[in-house]
Amino acid sequence: MALSITAHGYSWRHADRDELAVGPLDLSIDAGEKVLLLGPSGAGKTTLLHAIAGVLPAESGEATGELFIGDQPPDPRRGETGLVLQDPDSQVIFSRVGDDVAFGMENLGLPADVIEGRVSSSLTAMGLNLSHDHPTAALSGGQKQRLALAGIHAMAPQVIILDEPTANIDPDSAVSVRDAVLETQAATSATVIIVEHRVDLWLDHVDSVIVLGPDGLLTQGSPRRVFGDPELAEALAECGIWVPGSAGSLTGDDRNPVDSVPDASSMSAGEVVLRTEQLSVARPRAKVPAAIGLDLSIRAGEAVGIVGANGAGKSTLALTLAGLIPEFDGQVSALGSLGSGAKRARPFLWPSAFLAPRIGMVFQEPEHQFLRSSVAEELALGPRLAGWSTAQVEERVAELLGVLGLEKLSDAHPQGLSGGEKRRLSVAAMMAPRPQVLIVDEPTFGQDALTWAGLVELFLDTLDHGSTVVAISHDHAFLDAIGAHRFFLNGAESPKLQTSVAGDTREGRVK
Amino acid sequence: MSEALSPPSAVDKIGAPEVTVHDPGQLIPIVRRTPLVRCNPLTKIAVALILMVGTLLSIDVVSAGVVLGFCLFGLPATGLDLRAGLKRLWFLPLGALLAAWGTAILAEKTGAVVIDLGPILMTTGSLGAAAAIFLRALALAIPLIVLASTIDPRDLSDALVQRLRLPEVVVVSVLAASRLLGLLVSEWQTLSMARRARGIAGGSIVRRTGSLFAGIFVLLVQSIRRGTTLAMAMEGRAFGRPGRTWRRTSTFGSGDCVALVVSLTVCVLAIVAAHMFGTWNPIVGG
Repeated sequence: MALSITAHGYSWRHADRDELAVGPLDLSIDAGEKVLLLGPSGAGKTTLLHAIAGVLPAESGEATGELFIGDQPPDPRRGETGLVLQDPDSQVIFSRVGDDVAFGMENLGLPADVIEGRVSSSLTAMGLNLSHDHPTAALSGGQKQRLALAGIHAMAPQVIILDEPTANIDPDSAVSVRDAVLETQAATSATVIIVEHRVDLWLDHVDSVIVLGPDGLLTQGSPRRVFGDPELAEALAECGIWVPGSAGSLTGDDRNPVDSVPDASSMSAGEVVLRTEQLSVARPRAKVPAAIGLDLSIRAGEAVGIVGANGAGKSTLALTLAGLIPEFDGQVSALGSLGSGAKRARPFLWPSAFLAPRIGMVFQEPEHQFLRSSVAEELALGPRLAGWSTAQVEERVAELLGVLGLEKLSDAHPQGLSGGEKRRLSVAAMMAPRPQVLIVDEPTFGQDALTWAGLVELFLDTLDHGSTVVAISHDHAFLDAIGAHRFFLNGAESPKLQTSVAGDTREGRVK
Repeated sequence: MSEALSPPSAVDKIGAPEVTVHDPGQLIPIVRRTPLVRCNPLTKIAVALILMVGTLLSIDVVSAGVVLGFCLFGLPATGLDLRAGLKRLWFLPLGALLAAWGTAILAEKTGAVVIDLGPILMTTGSLGAAAAIFLRALALAIPLIVLASTIDPRDLSDALVQRLRLPEVVVVSVLAASRLLGLLVSEWQTLSMARRARGIAGGSIVRRTGSLFAGIFVLLVQSIRRGTTLAMAMEGRAFGRPGRTWRRTSTFGSGDCVALVVSLTVCVLAIVAAHMFGTWNPIVGG
């Protein structure tokens, strides 16, 4: 039996902030309703989900107003709600896949024989064909996200709460994961609340859309009503909501990135700066390579998109190209202007101070890269190390803050930002000193339409300055917008380079 | 079970064929599931404790030698990747040797002089004590290493809750937190890479120290954040609700009996042998 969700003047303020993180809100979600929750980056969507799931620690902030699940305040111990968090890495509970999926069911007190069957069926439903004893530490980011979904799938809760459930999942599989969520809903007729920036993926399958603005609820209604209303559409676009079917219009204003993409002929004119021959990549201490037989030639000023299914070794390849982990087999060589002045061709052997101005790497988890205590200092660090003058540094920092919409947060601590804000900051901090090659791992994670366009603009500016961009991304719209060649990784199989350029394969945001 | 997990083309490159995907957090990988590996974790702990008693009670070559001999003889039964173990723990015999060296020089000088190089004086008595220390160190270390490598933390928590009736909320929380502890190592590696990518690794001592502290701070922030998120994720899946069940039942089988009887026999044998050879040298009351 599904449960309704109601809020009367509900708000939440984090203990260390003056402004409210959520609300005040009035909400009414019917039992069994499927709701898509939208809002700009930093609007408090995640906090609201945590409140509904009842997992906001009471000591970390202050709630006012009322929030009810059914007719009671949220309490996760009743087992009515199942929550999948944004960060796939931190929500793995046990060291074996089977135990992790079983965790929720054990808490609910299900008998062991029921648990065993459901572990298998939930893993299959989420497309994780792994043995129950598979170590969770060996899973990729996307696989961990599926694992968390499988855990909720198995619990069959009355309210399903999902925070960006497909953000780290490749677009081809995102559809199957979505369908698995919908099937779970159909079987249990649970109430579902989803936060997701891929609006198109869910739009035809939800009953209503709730939009959070910067000051509380902006609108609530059926998808047709919310997106059919031209006046509302404008307000949504201002908030940076992805308005479906208008991917072009998002970037169709004065800064149309697609127009400024250099055409294919000018791209191939650049010299080769990074080359790999029969490269195999693996994490340090791993015995088996994550991907083998990679032949890549990356040219100056071109954009390369590395795509492939979860667990194909994309992040490992990025770290190897960036000279941060040693090659498993074969070699990465820096050539031409990138390699000039280097004693050795392998970037892995370069000293840190020599490497950073040449090859920049943005990690999958932004938190790892923050070293300073304010956003502005974080952005200034790279240019200052590169020997820029104070005036140049200040100008660059101001420019980046503006494009990314982080001006108001320039004095904030990087670790205290929202997920989407951290992502933008980590990209900008690496871009700031204009490295010759910029390697980025999932740069558009958690972005709304406006911040997404800002990121695209930054990447195009980087390319215009003659730098090379290597992007690992499931976001095909992003790769198209920066005019990236695609390089497909298939894990153990031989990879193939698809020579199409953005212009001739225009794919949708979601296949 | 694991055919799909390891790419066959990779096999010839790494020598031994991979049986399964190893947990990166494991001390020494298990390559075969032997009867000993399948034993209840409580049995494994008991076996290690019993062998420890056999070694610890007396400082002499015979009792330590019997236990060590049995351990070495029994190593194949542990199913561990012995070559990987030697690679990772090569310093253990070396450490034992160092301890023995110290004993040989410093122990009471009884018996005939064997080596006399001024300050370095070794007698048969001190060399005997040194040999006993060497054997004892190894005889103590090997069972503990095998214990640490073959116990699956989840099996242990199953046994602790179901057999020893320890409070489940505490055991499960510790179990989940211990996974985070293992993550710290890989987290630190990522942080080091991230600092290198930003150009602040290396350089002068002052810079290195500065970047080290920045790294430690981020590690701290990350651990707290991860801990909070993990607690949320666990709560979000109804953890803390009364009436928890367990997916697996922790059982004792005939294998557990055999392991216990064998280890007890070895323990008794070690003590009896030491008495028979007249080397018994108890640590208390001797």
